[in-house]
Amino acid sequence: MSTAPASAAAALPAARERRTRRPATLTVYRWELRKLVSQRRTYIGLGLAIFLPVLFVVVEVIRHESGHHGDNQFARELTQSGLAAPVLMLIFLSGFFLPLIAALVSGDIVANEDGHGTLKTILTRSTERSQVLGAKLLAAVTYAISSLLTATIVSTIAGVAAWGFHRIITFSNTVVSAPKALGLLFVADACYLIPLLALVCIGVMLSTVTRNSAAAVVGTIAVPIVLFIVSAIPGLESIHPYLITEQFEAWQGLLRTPTDWAPILHSLWVCALYAAPALVVAYLVFLRRDVAGG
Amino acid sequence: MSDPASDGEAPPVRARGLVKRYKEVLAVDHVDLNVNLGDVYGFLGPNGAGKTTTLRMALGLIMPSEGRVELFGRDPMRVGARALEGVAGFVEAPTFYPYLTGRKNLELLAALDGGGGRGRIEEVLEVVELAPRAQHRVRGYSHGMRQRLGIAAALLRRPRLMILDEPATGLDPAGMRDMRLLIRRLADEDITVLLSSHQLPEVQELCDRVAIVDRGRVVYEGALAELRRRGGSTYRLRTTDDPRAVELARAQAGIERVDSSAEHGVSFQAREHEVGALSLALGRAGVAILSLTPELATLEDLFFRLTEGEGSSGDGQGPGPGAGSPAGAGAGAGAGAGDGSSRPLQTVGEGPSS
Ligand SMILES: Nc1ncnc2c1ncn2[C@@H]1O[C@H](COP(=O)(O)OP(=O)(O)OP(=O)(O)O)[C@@H](O)[C@H]1O
Ligand SMILES: [Mg+2]
Repeated sequence: MSTAPASAAAALPAARERRTRRPATLTVYRWELRKLVSQRRTYIGLGLAIFLPVLFVVVEVIRHESGHHGDNQFARELTQSGLAAPVLMLIFLSGFFLPLIAALVSGDIVANEDGHGTLKTILTRSTERSQVLGAKLLAAVTYAISSLLTATIVSTIAGVAAWGFHRIITFSNTVVSAPKALGLLFVADACYLIPLLALVCIGVMLSTVTRNSAAAVVGTIAVPIVLFIVSAIPGLESIHPYLITEQFEAWQGLLRTPTDWAPILHSLWVCALYAAPALVVAYLVFLRRDVAGG
Repeated sequence: MSDPASDGEAPPVRARGLVKRYKEVLAVDHVDLNVNLGDVYGFLGPNGAGKTTTLRMALGLIMPSEGRVELFGRDPMRVGARALEGVAGFVEAPTFYPYLTGRKNLELLAALDGGGGRGRIEEVLEVVELAPRAQHRVRGYSHGMRQRLGIAAALLRRPRLMILDEPATGLDPAGMRDMRLLIRRLADEDITVLLSSHQLPEVQELCDRVAIVDRGRVVYEGALAELRRRGGSTYRLRTTDDPRAVELARAQAGIERVDSSAEHGVSFQAREHEVGALSLALGRAGVAILSLTPELATLEDLFFRLTEGEGSSGDGQGPGPGAGSPAGAGAGAGAGAGDGSSRPLQTVGEGPSS
C-alpha cells in the first residue's frame, strides 16, 4: 500500500458522498455474461454446437456419395435440400447433446462461485441475492439460446453449402418453400426452447443446491437420460406425455400440415411443471443459504 | 435517505445475543458487540473463537441461529444488501474471479455497487500499489496481492464502516506497516473500523475499544484502556535486601503475585496506592529501594489471561520468559527477551514511516 499519504488520502471516502445504490439486475446480468465469455469452459459447449452439426453434414455427404440413403424422411431428402440439415440436426441433437450443452453452463453457473469462493465477494456489495440468482438464470438461458441458434445456423449454412437452398417436404408430404422453411426452422427452435429452458431451470436449481459444478452438470444431464430410460419401461406409457424427454420432440408438430400445435401447447404447461418448482427451490435455497466458504 | 432507520443515532455495529450453531459446534455463543461511531474496534480471540463467524453474520453472509446484528440500525437478515450501505470489508482471505484481471474484478464489483466506484478504480489500485499488475489475471496473484486487492475492493465503496478480518495476513512487513497506516488514516477520516486481528501489538497501537472472544463467548468488551487498568500493573523492584522485600510485599494487602528471581529482582502486581504503602514499609524496615518501575500490562498479557484462564498464570506473571508466546510469533523481530521485560514482546512500531 502506498506510503505516500497524499495519494492514499485521495482515494479515501470524502465527507458524505458515500451512497451506494442497488445496481439494475440487467447490469448484474451483463457481468454474468462477461464472466461466461472469460471462461474457457464456456467454449466447450459452443464448440460442440459448431462441431457436431458440421461433423454431421460431412458424414452425410460422405454417406450419400457412397450410396447410402437415410432411414428418415429428412435424411433421404437431405441431398435434395440443404435446409433438411438443420431439421435433422435438431432431431439428432435435441435428445442429448443440446441438453448437455445447456447443462454445462446452467449446472455450473452458481456452483462456480462456490468453487472460487467468490459468493462472499459479490454478496457483500449492493446487490441483492435475488438479483444475483436472477442474473445467473438469465445468463444460463442466454447461453442455451445462443448454443441452439449457433447449431441451427451452422447446420443451415453447412447444409445449404453442400446441397443448396431448396424447398423441403414435411412429415405430411407437403411442400414448403425454401424461405418459409427457413422461417419454420427458427419457430421450431423457439418450440424446442420450451423443454430446453425447463432443463436450464433444473440445472440452475441443482447448481444452487449441490454447490458443486460437476455434480450439478452431471445431475442435469442425468434428468433426460433417466427419463428416457423410464420411458422405455413397458407399462409406463401413460406417463410419457409428462416426461420432459417427450417434450424435446414437440417442435416436430411444426413440420406437419396442418401444423400440429397440440404437442407444443402441451409441452408449455408440462415444462412449466418442471421449471417452476425448480426455480422456487433455487430461489429459497439461494436466498437463505449460509455463505460459509471462501 | 431511503431508509429512515438508517442514519443518525444507530451505531455502526450492534449485536445482541448472537448465536451460530453448526451441528455439534457452537461457533458463536450469545455474543453482544457495540461498535460506536469513530471506533477503531479490535476483535480478538484465539483460532476458532468465532470471530470470522461473527463477522460473516454481520455482513449477512450467514444466518444467525439466534439473536441479531445490525449495521447502522439495519439487520441484513431483514433488509438484505441495503444493510450494507456504507459498509465494506471482507472475511478471511478476499476472493476474486481468477480468470479476470485485477482491474476487471474491481470493475465488476463497482458495477455491483451501483457503478459509483468505477471512476476511482485507478486511485484505489494506486493506494494498494497494485496498479502495475492490474491488467494481469488474478489467477497469477500472490496471496498478499489478493489481500491488497481485497482492500482496494473495500475502499471502492467509500465505506463509513470497514470490517476487516485479519487484513494483514500474508502481507510482507512493508505491507503490514502500510496496513497500519491505512487503518489509522481511515480512523482520521472518521471511518469506523472493525478489525479482527491476531497482531496484538498492532491492535494495542490502533484500537481504542476491543472485544475478546474465546470459544464463542465474549470474555471482555470495552475500552482497551479500561481493560489494561483493570489488569493492574506489574511492578519490578530492586532493593538492598530482596528476600526481606518479598516478605514485606507478601504481607501487604492488595499486592499480588509476588515473585522474585536473581535476575529480575522482585516483581508483583498492585495498584499505585498499595505501591506507595509498600515503599513506606520498606523504608521503615531499613530496606533501601534501588529501583521501582511500573510496567502496564500489555494487551498480550491480558489476552492470554482472559483466553487461557487464570490457572495458567497463577504462578506469577503469567507465562515466564521461557514459555514464549505462540500467538506472538508474527511480525516483529523478537525484541525484549533480554531487556528485563517478562516476556518476548514484539516491537510495536518499526521505526519512522516514510
Ligand atoms: N461452515 C462451518 N461448518 C462447521 N463449523 C464451522 C463452520 N465455520 C466455522 N465453524 C466452526 O466455528 C468455530 C469458529 O470458527 P471461526 O472461523 O469463526 O473462528 P475464528 O475466530 O475466525 O478463527 P481464526 O482465528 O482461526 O480465523 C470453529 O470451531 C469452526 O470450526
Ligand atoms: Mg477467522
